[in-house]
Amino acid sequence: MISTNNILTTSNLSIGYTSKAATTIIAENLNLNLQAGKLIALIGANGIGKSTLLRTITGIQKPLSGTILLNGKNIHETDALTLAQNLSVVLTEKLPPSNLTVFELIALGRQPYTNWIGKLTETDIAMVNEAMELTQISHLATKKHYEISDGQLQKVLVARALAQDTPLIILDEPTTHLDLLHKVALFKLLKKLTQETNKCILFSTHDIDMAIQLSDEMIIMTPETVVQDEPCNFISKGTFNTIFKDEHIVFDSEKGKFVIV
Amino acid sequence: MNQTNRNTVLFAILTIGMVCLFLINLSLGSVSIPLKEVFKSLFGGTTSKETWHYIIVNYRLPKAIAAILVGMGLSISGLLMQTLFRNPLAGPYVLGLSSGASLGVATVILGAAFLPESLATIMLSSYGIVLASSLGSFLVLMAVLAVSYRLRDTMAILIVGLMFGSLTSAIVGTLTYFSTAEQLQKFTFWSLGNLGNLSWTSIGILFVCVLIGLFLSLFSIKPLNALLLGENYARSLGLNYKRTRLIIIFATSVLAGSITAFAGPIAFIGLAVPHIAKLVFQTSNHTILFWSTLLFGASIMLICDSISQVPGGDITLPINAVTSVFGAPIVIWLLVRKRKMIG
Repeated sequence: MISTNNILTTSNLSIGYTSKAATTIIAENLNLNLQAGKLIALIGANGIGKSTLLRTITGIQKPLSGTILLNGKNIHETDALTLAQNLSVVLTEKLPPSNLTVFELIALGRQPYTNWIGKLTETDIAMVNEAMELTQISHLATKKHYEISDGQLQKVLVARALAQDTPLIILDEPTTHLDLLHKVALFKLLKKLTQETNKCILFSTHDIDMAIQLSDEMIIMTPETVVQDEPCNFISKGTFNTIFKDEHIVFDSEKGKFVIV
Repeated sequence: MNQTNRNTVLFAILTIGMVCLFLINLSLGSVSIPLKEVFKSLFGGTTSKETWHYIIVNYRLPKAIAAILVGMGLSISGLLMQTLFRNPLAGPYVLGLSSGASLGVATVILGAAFLPESLATIMLSSYGIVLASSLGSFLVLMAVLAVSYRLRDTMAILIVGLMFGSLTSAIVGTLTYFSTAEQLQKFTFWSLGNLGNLSWTSIGILFVCVLIGLFLSLFSIKPLNALLLGENYARSLGLNYKRTRLIIIFATSVLAGSITAFAGPIAFIGLAVPHIAKLVFQTSNHTILFWSTLLFGASIMLICDSISQVPGGDITLPINAVTSVFGAPIVIWLLVRKRKMIG
């Protein structure tokens, strides 16, 4: 798949951990391709290594072997600032306690572009405002970040990543603490963002049904292999049945969701 | 924005307040000097009494400047550590820097008996004590740095700091057991803190050290703001975490080490002042917190010093006692009242 739209590609990537005693391989031979304008869902059972994969392709963790190219450059040879201008993240971890307002929190996303003291220029403020409008949280701007609901905070964190103005955004389980209404709202927001801003958004999730309906592509992790394709192809190939090793959970390809038998 | 106006007003009040406190500090003491005479003395006029000019220039002015430097330096080092360690109770005390300084001083004062007489005389001079104190806090800093290089977890470093504190107080305790009453008294006086008795040369050295520390802190404002989101987000914003941590720890130790050397261990200022600044300005933005902590630190230290001089009285209270009486209740009140605000 050769295209100028490629933002991040991995070739023969092996991920896992090394310690003095042994090397733990989590997945091998990953050849993934993240393209502009695509909403890509990363799915797999608990403990399969989704977070390890995300940590590796964001450069937090070193790969065991293979290369990760971000805009054609190896991410481990890219300096931290350039990386920050090309890749933004939304993490699962809780924010430390602070007095940050929603506006200030989102404005921190502009740090890779601001001067030594972090002064916001008019362009920076415009970008922050735009990010708030896209995520429909402008009315929260002056609220402290601990005063808003989990769903709103998740939008704020997405807005922060948007303000960072990177071609690639990676979200680690962004819908975990949200109810159905807010899950759907967040997924639709991500979908809208990929279409309107031509960014590539990669997110890990356990809401497989919703990911099938909304994402352009999916990356499925199973103990044997990691594959990337469009959701409809996965349905016709029956890949979803390989995710959970349980005979009682079966994927119904007509309904497009898992059923318990 | 409304918030911006509020901050401007607050900064104006704080600045004026600090200047007023500075002048009041100069005028108060065992001999009360009218404010008008203080002005005259400062701006080259002749005072009504020759002695007033002498008292101000040689005694009160260096003390007031020391109070400002100590207040600013300790408060900023507290602010840096609270954000770096994501712990509202962090301060120069917690990293064990003050204990290190104490150990250095205890070694020369209490251990002088074990030294040859000529060396003991040199070490017991005020310069010897300053040197020992700086060396002590520097050694603890290097130990903390060495450990922090191996530990990724900032909370672990905090515990290491506490352990160094315990270790040094154990050694100090042991030394106390072997020392004479006179030696003990000298050490006790140092450990109570003292802003007076600083020569203009000492003020100069302290000024340079505090300036270096504050300058490094100024360049840490942006990384500190990124760290409000936690280490991982900060890295994703292009922050070089290891380098930032090193700069912040270095700045803290230069500030705390030099100040403790000259003025003795001064409690609670580093811990309490950043909280007061956060509470008053209702923000976590370090661009604002840096300047407000500076102003609050200087002002509060001036107040504490004025109180310790017991206006009109002949006695001088130990500065450490005043800051503790003032600081400890504030910290308790803050923790009980505004759990979420502290950060």
